[in-house]
Amino acid sequence: MGFHTEYQRYKDFPWDSHFDRISGPDIRRILARDTITPLDYLALLSPAAEEYIEEMARKAHLVTVRQFGYTMTLYTPLYLGDHCVNHCVYCGFQANNRFTRRKLDLEEVDAEAALIAATGLRHILILTGESREMTPVSYLRDCVRILGRYFSSVSIEVYPLEEDEYGELIGAGVDGLTMFQEVYNENAYAGLHPAGPKRNYRYRLDAPERACSAGIRTVNVGALLGLHSWRTEAFFTGLHAAYLQRRYPGVEVSMSPPRMRPQLGGFEAPVKVSDRNLVQYILAFRLFLPRGGITLSTRERAELRDRLVPLGVTKMSAGSCTAVGGRTGGEQATAQFDISDDRSVAQMSRMLYNRGYQPVFKDWTAMG
Amino acid sequence: MTNDALVIGGRPLRSRLFMGTGKFPDNRLIPRAVEASGTEVVTVAVRRVDFDAGEENMAAHVPAGCVLLPNTSGARNAAEAVRIARLARAAGCGDWVKIEVINDNRYLLPDNFETVQATAVLAAEGFIVLPYMSPDLEAARRLADAGAAAVMPLGSPIGSNRGLRTRELLQILIEESALPVIVDAGLGKPSEAAEAMEMGAAAVLVNTAIATARDPVAMARAFSLAVRAGRTAFLSGPAPVREEAYASSPLTGFLYDEE
Repeated sequence: MGFHTEYQRYKDFPWDSHFDRISGPDIRRILARDTITPLDYLALLSPAAEEYIEEMARKAHLVTVRQFGYTMTLYTPLYLGDHCVNHCVYCGFQANNRFTRRKLDLEEVDAEAALIAATGLRHILILTGESREMTPVSYLRDCVRILGRYFSSVSIEVYPLEEDEYGELIGAGVDGLTMFQEVYNENAYAGLHPAGPKRNYRYRLDAPERACSAGIRTVNVGALLGLHSWRTEAFFTGLHAAYLQRRYPGVEVSMSPPRMRPQLGGFEAPVKVSDRNLVQYILAFRLFLPRGGITLSTRERAELRDRLVPLGVTKMSAGSCTAVGGRTGGEQATAQFDISDDRSVAQMSRMLYNRGYQPVFKDWTAMG
Repeated sequence: MTNDALVIGGRPLRSRLFMGTGKFPDNRLIPRAVEASGTEVVTVAVRRVDFDAGEENMAAHVPAGCVLLPNTSGARNAAEAVRIARLARAAGCGDWVKIEVINDNRYLLPDNFETVQATAVLAAEGFIVLPYMSPDLEAARRLADAGAAAVMPLGSPIGSNRGLRTRELLQILIEESALPVIVDAGLGKPSEAAEAMEMGAAAVLVNTAIATARDPVAMARAFSLAVRAGRTAFLSGPAPVREEAYASSPLTGFLYDEE
């Protein structure tokens, strides 16, 4: 069982010939419907749908405003440690890259948290590389307890855990999980993850479900765009989100559409994903899952992020830094990837108000 | 009409329009919309309230004199709803609470079973409990037994703007419920609010349709007028609706021929 069963149903799907058969009238019919099926979603991701991107945008905008209003939740990432035993060929933190690695001690976590909280943000996402030795669950738990004093929502983007470990972190105050599969295509996944525990595709794929079973409130899934065909990866991301929403209706499910950014090691993304492609993906996902969250990080540049505000995005990062201890300064740290939008929380808030959107700093109340 | 106050929790309310505060493009619009609508009960999601946040603190935008109705949006079960309600009271939000227990993020439909449980706990603690519910008569009876001050059945799913899709069930609740029936969720247009009031609803709660209108302040006023029109119509005893048009009395007209 699990999402892998659904993945396998489409594993040998004839993508290209299917896309060839989709016509303009098909897209118009889909856009006239209130609810759409997985194959309708695939059609909205097809090359044929590109001509209808403005119609898709109008509908996606209306659906988003009805569901979420003129609001945008803001959060920021906090990198706790960059130690990693994996060999993901596309990542700046991968084990083969030589740089001075570090992790925040608990005092530093407190200092970074205080600095971030002073900007008004109440939602934080903590990240680590995969190292059970350097950043074990007990360390994460201690960090979460500190962060709970400053933030009303603490999410984790760390290596996949066992269900009872998720339970332990939820007990300490974690309410959200971000877990990118990176690549849903199983063959491509194997090639991009040559060594380390992350080679285990299924263990990662089932991680969001383990967190749901453990009682997490929000789950965010995603494929790293640029590693494989974006249309099929977007399709599987949507399917995965829909699967989790169906199985765990109490969980708020969302997705991120992260595009590859330059990083240490100089890996070249094999697939180019244009702004137009990214927009088509966001719109199609919104129409497929009207209540699904869409999170947009500072991987995207400011001008593009501003234009994506009305198109279905529900959550954006602000005041971001992808290096360990990057906010409190001190020694020069290495970033996981280069960010494209370095605006502060205050600047992001002003931009949102100017566009007729209310920045939401707090959208959950921790009840620990 | 002068004595037509709706009394909830011992408080007489002249306006039968309750307003929600989510989804506005700017919280500073809230007091203006409240003023334009004349509403006296304003609901605020506790999950969104940061009592230390000044400008970004939504509760700070609710005008004095209005009843602040904290809601438990985000609660997935009775225990979470109870905890959120207690947090709100401890933070100085008063005794009123709107229970929302939703364990379905796809349709945002309430869980009546858990809602009854949370209502019983909070009513016993002295809260004035207004539970959001699916319009089910048996659940309404249980909510009354549990100590609710009113019931808030949905017209259609939250944010759908689809109007009174649950009309038949709402009518049954209005006729049978011992508690005031406040139609909550799904009202997309003032005419739909008027319709709910004509049916005999005690009040309506509107959020999305006002907050996401091009001019929220003007739309708040429009809803206020519609609610008053609907209420007046209900009190005036609307003429019965006929299935066919009758020009005269074709079957019994002969009885009058002799006169």
